[in-house]
Amino acid sequence: MLKWLEKNLTKIVMAPAVGLIGWFVYGFVLWTLYISFTNSKILPKYELWGVGQYVKLWGSRKWLIAVDNLLIFTALFLIFCVVIGIILAIFLDQKIRAEGVLRTIYLYPMALSFIVTGTAWKWILNPTLGIQKMFIDWGFENFTFDWLVNREMAIYTIVIAGVWQSAGFVMALFLAGLRSVEDEIVKAAKIDGANLFTVYWKILLPMMRPVFFTSFVILVHISIKSYDLIVALTQGGPGISTTMPALYMTQTAFHKSQVGLSAASAMMMFMAVAAVIIPYLYSELRRENAR
Amino acid sequence: MQDKIHSSYKQLEQKSKYTNMFLRWFLYFVLVIFALYFIFPLYVMVVTSLKTMEEIRQGTLLTWPSGLNFDSWLVAWGGRGYGAGDTFLKPYFWNSIKMVVPAVFFSTFIGAMAGYVLTKWRFKGDKWVFLFLLFGCFIPYQAILLPMARTLGVLGISNSVIGLVLVHTVYGIPFTTLFFRNFYVSIPSELVKAARIDGAGFFKIFFKILLPVSTPIIVVTIIWQFTQIWNDFLFGSTFSFGEAAPIQVALNNMVLSSTSVKEYNVDMASAIIAGIPTLIVYVLAGKYFIRGLTSGAVKG
Repeated sequence: MLKWLEKNLTKIVMAPAVGLIGWFVYGFVLWTLYISFTNSKILPKYELWGVGQYVKLWGSRKWLIAVDNLLIFTALFLIFCVVIGIILAIFLDQKIRAEGVLRTIYLYPMALSFIVTGTAWKWILNPTLGIQKMFIDWGFENFTFDWLVNREMAIYTIVIAGVWQSAGFVMALFLAGLRSVEDEIVKAAKIDGANLFTVYWKILLPMMRPVFFTSFVILVHISIKSYDLIVALTQGGPGISTTMPALYMTQTAFHKSQVGLSAASAMMMFMAVAAVIIPYLYSELRRENAR
Repeated sequence: MQDKIHSSYKQLEQKSKYTNMFLRWFLYFVLVIFALYFIFPLYVMVVTSLKTMEEIRQGTLLTWPSGLNFDSWLVAWGGRGYGAGDTFLKPYFWNSIKMVVPAVFFSTFIGAMAGYVLTKWRFKGDKWVFLFLLFGCFIPYQAILLPMARTLGVLGISNSVIGLVLVHTVYGIPFTTLFFRNFYVSIPSELVKAARIDGAGFFKIFFKILLPVSTPIIVVTIIWQFTQIWNDFLFGSTFSFGEAAPIQVALNNMVLSSTSVKEYNVDMASAIIAGIPTLIVYVLAGKYFIRGLTSGAVKG
């Protein structure tokens, strides 16, 4: 017995991690996949029903709005986070005084929850007492800023709050990337007559390709999963104008008791994430093997 | 060669001194503008929480409060003591503490062990096992919510802090394993090999050789897990309601409740209370926070 224990000790130590993940991640995803092919309502049913839920899902106006919103949000969220992140990283890289303080300020939103962020921005964007009132009191009498309650514009408030929360993170990734480049490369380029702009545009940014890739993956991943921020900021409203897939999934499951349909939406999200993550993991693994 | 580069670089620096002056002012200008943008919401939260509702209606977002008035903080923390729907954060703050401490401990411990085995007691296919665990970092949790809700029900721990401890422990393992594995990979295996030849066992090697040098990664992991679990809303709101809810859920309920007149000062005080633990950790241990973020940041 003791011998057996000793021989298999590493396996026993690995067992909790592998067992828990095997059951709670892979097992559960498979269960959700199976349920998405059934006609489950409040309680799961186990006889197969085919792809009916997926047909229903893609025929649902609310889901199409959710997907549409996700595309808008992801595109803007990506662009703004990456542009602001790169600008901040490059500027901070110029031997700036008080760099530590500035970095701390840019990154602190990452320590806050999306609920806290959402609560704060909801107050700031409040159409009567928030930013709008501030500008009116400053003398801009016709200033209106009602995005939060405007069907067409509400999705952009989520972009504003999301970018505020995550741009500093992209800055940190790029700053780490820029710092890992040898000083000599930059100096040599300058001697050859390249100005600072050319150094970054032609030499350093192209070297940052892996950082771009990482930021892309992480930001897309955040945006596909975004849920808390919408709940705190708009609850998917006004109407259903800011619904996103994650919100659709929980509402369908827990308010509408359409378990099968909600499982189908969850699997669509899963596939979207997998489409981004699997190439990423593959390339990361290859890089590690090459090392 | 190196010296030559350096000396001609010095000359170049001299020449462009004046264009640099202008450029530097521009740099600082942009950086400060962005700093103001990032600080703005925090500033608004703090001043709003210190104002009375009367002051809020009269002034703007930026107006300074008339004094240090912590009334809304007291209401946010302890309630008014009367009225239906008198929700306040204190009990939920403790729920979150009761949830975070064990969940961080268990997930860190399991991850440390897994990372140790995966790097120092390598076996055939260990790379695949790592990949198997790593994938857990990326799954959208929507794909596990339904079966998780049923499982917690079957186990009789739905709507309880214990249920949330289980959930957070499990879904933290991929991250903690990633942290420890990547850290232990960089520690020379020769030490471990030598110790094994000397007859040291599995646990002795861990406690005598690896654990003493693990402090930084333990700090990174604990901070990461603490922040993630404290800030979680999806699991908290799905698997608990009412009295067992963690603080983020309670904050959201408080802000959304429409039972009485909206009190934005109390809302802001509540948001600060819910955000302050992670903010303190960030300010005190920012270096470790960023390390966790950049080496394993995949969670939304």
